[in-house]
This record gives sequence, structure tokens and C-alpha cells, in this order.
Amino acid sequence: MNAFLYHFAFEFRTGIRNKQLLLMNYLFPLGFYLLLGFILGGINPRFREDIVPAMVVFAVLAATLLGIPDPLVNARENGIFRSYKINGVSSISILVIPALTTFLHLVIVATIITASAPLLFDSPLPLDWLNFTLVFVALAFACAGISVLIGVISPSSRVTVLWAQLVFIPSMIVGGLMMPYSMLPDTAGKIAQILPATHAMNAFNGLAMGRTADFSPWGSVIALFSSGILAFGLAVYLFSWDSRNTARRGHPSLALLSLLPYVVGIFWLS
Amino acid sequence: MQDSVIEVKDFRKIYGNLVAVDSISFDVKQGEIFGLLGPNGAGKTSTLESLEGLRAPDGGSLRVAGIDPVREPRKLRNLIGVQLQSASLPESITPDEAMKFFCACHQVSPRFDLLERLGLIEKRNSQFYELSAGQQRRLALALAVAHNPQVLFLDEPTAGLDVATRAELHDLMRELQTGGTTIILATHDMAEAEELSDRVAILLKGKIVNIGTPMEITATGAGRTKISVRTQDSSLFDADITFPAVSQHLSKNEYDIYFSSDIGPTVSAIIAHIESQEDTLIDLRVERPSLEDRFLEITANGVVL
Repeated sequence: MNAFLYHFAFEFRTGIRNKQLLLMNYLFPLGFYLLLGFILGGINPRFREDIVPAMVVFAVLAATLLGIPDPLVNARENGIFRSYKINGVSSISILVIPALTTFLHLVIVATIITASAPLLFDSPLPLDWLNFTLVFVALAFACAGISVLIGVISPSSRVTVLWAQLVFIPSMIVGGLMMPYSMLPDTAGKIAQILPATHAMNAFNGLAMGRTADFSPWGSVIALFSSGILAFGLAVYLFSWDSRNTARRGHPSLALLSLLPYVVGIFWLS
Repeated sequence: MQDSVIEVKDFRKIYGNLVAVDSISFDVKQGEIFGLLGPNGAGKTSTLESLEGLRAPDGGSLRVAGIDPVREPRKLRNLIGVQLQSASLPESITPDEAMKFFCACHQVSPRFDLLERLGLIEKRNSQFYELSAGQQRRLALALAVAHNPQVLFLDEPTAGLDVATRAELHDLMRELQTGGTTIILATHDMAEAEELSDRVAILLKGKIVNIGTPMEITATGAGRTKISVRTQDSSLFDADITFPAVSQHLSKNEYDIYFSSDIGPTVSAIIAHIESQEDTLIDLRVERPSLEDRFLEITANGVVL
């Protein structure tokens, strides 16, 4: 087994051993899924139709935005990156492996949600499994990219939480998980289009669940992938091994460029 | 001792307005244990980290095993082993996983024998945060030497370790030295530096204020040798007796203690005096100034050459 696989293996186990990551990867999304399914499913029958895509989106948001950045910041602050650098671990491995292991945990959680929702809440399953998988991958890629980028540009854990919540909370409120995009006022709808969750729900509806999308679903998939590529690229570019090393290749505000595909989408997607 | 494995020429490191290291030069021969001593903020860590390729120098040149650490970090990584001062491993990694991972990074087979030798085999499946501080340091050292590096950088390697583990680590360092490994040792522990190092450099305010063997360094100071004498009839007890080169005389616990700048004449005169008084010598101890004494003398004076 080579170094990349050993690194991947222990990072994957960390997602279960570490209580905080276990919470973000499994307990929080699955607990929230059961809670909302039993409470909201009884009150609002429409939610039962959305529960599979909505809870998969929620699981992705929780595991990536709340699970990835903080360990990256802590590893940098505790000198773990320096140790990696001396031993030849590349910055790309450092950034990609947490994203990949989180993705693997998400596949497990998404499978549990998708398999149990019809049984527990009489929820409809996706009609197009291939597109469902594609949108799931696109969302996980985009959110992992943003999360890694937050971990790279944040100077401390406290700032990490702030940046992550700036994406997570609006996603929960106007991202189409609790309230359909079509019910949002025009301005709120435009703001919602800056969020990956909105695009994921739109693409799930239009491409996988057999419902009508509010705007181009393929445009949403492209926006998600484009944002993910930009975010990972910027994370690699802005990466620093050591917080004490003040030399950085670019200003952290460059990270905002990762939202560019969504901003373009506001004007181009209809 | 062979060729220079480490060459530092006019090395400078600056952080903003602070000159952390100010044009220092030294070299380290193959198979040497070289101690880097100095108070906090003297520039030890900046020097080490620049040699390890973690920081770029702001002036001068550095060569490690003939390689420029900044320009050729990939070539350097298999030639050096580094035990960092902080325990720089993920908190949930186990010693077993860490050994496999770091050995895979250097494309060598895992050295589980090192875990056994350093008393970590029973903890091989414990997570890093569950290990004691001493166990964490031992693991860091095992990982640093697992790929048989040509040059080993140790930053406070025995801090917080018990006596037995410390002795085991010292044995390991000597064994590595015998095998040709060059060791750079940054430490606050003067006894350790004196015991292990072939040569030491004392850094103060970013400059080297003294460099040489521990013996040479202690010899250059104004340090006085302590001579403690105990006789059967306490014939030395008379405060009026004077001996050559003695600058201070104390009496403590039946011992007469003299501080001498030239021990030969002093000891000869003391023994002659005891014989002349028909007294019997019970105990005579000569303690040369230690590296710690000399270090304290240098750092207290703050003299930068």
C-alpha cells in the first residue's frame, strides 16, 4: 500500500474515531433526518416528497462545511502540515484526502437515508438513479471544495466556524431544503442561487425526482462542478504549510472567486 | 569524522523588523553530534527549520548533504529525519498507522522494531492523544529515524521523558552516530548536550557566541574549578590558610571547598599542607566548570562576539 492509501485509510477511520467528526458525518445528519421525518412529515405531507433529496443535501452540508475545515485549521496550527512537508506529503494530498474520506462517509449516510425513507416515511425514491448520483457527486464536490477552501484561508477555529456558518445557515433557510425555491420572493431567490444547496435541490428536482426544476437543472450541475473546481484550485493556490510563515501566494479574499459560477448562474440560468 | 554534511554560511533569517538569525556560519561533519544551544528566541529553531527546508533564508547559503534545502526539498526529504518540538501528528492516528504511513512516504518497510525498542509496542493501537507526552516524543523519534536518514534533526528530544527512556534515547543516538548518521541536537538540557555532543554552538540574539567541543567551551570561560576536600583532623579549617590561584574558600558539611582558576598548583599545595600538618586525606573531589556554568556565564553577560 502506498503513502496515499495509508493516509486515506487513517483519515477515513478518523471520521469515525473522532467524536466531532462522527457527529458531523453520521449522528447529526441521521438524527436530524429522523427528527424532521417524524415531525415535519406528519405536519406537511409535501415534505415527505422532498425528504430524500433534502436530507441528502443536509447530510452533505453538515459533513463538509461543519466537518472538514476545522480539522484542517487545527492540523496546520499544531504543526502537522510541517511534519507532512518534511516527510514529503503533498499539499494536494492534504486537501484532497479529507474531501475523499468525507465523500465516502456521505455515500454511507446517503444510502441509509435513501434506503430507509420509503420505509419510515413513505417517501418517493428517485426516478433517475444515475442523475441522482450525479447531482449528489456534484454537490459533495462543490461543498467539499468550499469547505477545504475555508480551512485553508481561516486563521483560527473561530473564524472557520464563522465562514462555514455563513454558507450553512442560509443554505438551511433559503436553500430549498425546508421551503421550496418557488415560494421565495424574487430577491431572496437570487440570493439563494449563490448557495450550492439551492442548485442541488433544483437539479435533484429536475433531473432525478421527476419534478419540475425552477431553473436549468443542467446549469445547476455545471455551476456545482465549476464551483468545486475553482474552490479546490484556489485552496491549492492559497495553501500554506505553516501559520507562522507569512508568505502566502494570494490574498484570502480570492476565495470568493469560488462563488463565481453561482453569481453567473443568477444572470444566465432561467 | 569526514566531510561537512551541513554547511551554513552567513545565514540570516528576518521576521519583519526582527533579525532572528544574524549572519551565522558553521559546518557539521559526517557522523558528528552537533548541539545547538541558546535561550528562547536565540535563533535555534529558525536555523533548524531553515536547514529542514521549512523556511527560506533571508541571506547566506545552506547546504544539507550537498543539497540546498529550499531549492531541492524533494531530494532532501529522504536524507533527513526530523523530530519536531511539538507533537506533530493527527490526534487519532495510532503508532502502528503512523509508522506505516511515514515509512510509505519514504518508500521503506515499516520499522515496528523501533516501536518495540522505544516501549511503544503495547500502545501500537492507541490513538495519539491517548499517549503520554513521553510516549508521543518517543513515537516522533521512532518516525524520524525509521528511514535511516543521513542527517537527523532533534529539537528537545528528551524533554519530559523519564530517566530510563532518556537513557534509551541517548543509546539510540549514539548507535545512529556509530552508523554514520549526523545529528543536530537543539536542546535546553546542558547536561545532555555536554554528554552527547561532539561539538556545540551557543547562540545568543541570533549570533553564535561560542562554538567548539564542550571541553573547549568550558575551558574558555572565567569558570573556576571547585575543589572539595575532607580530612580526618580538619587541618584545612583555618580560614587564614591561603593556596595559590584560589579566589574563594567555603566550609560546608565537614568539607573545605576552594574555587581555583588553576587546579594543579592548588591541589599540590593543599596536599602538601595536609601532609605538613600530619593530617589524613579522606576525600578530594575536583569539579570542572560544566557546560551549563559556561552557558549561564555567556547568556548572563549577553556578550555577542
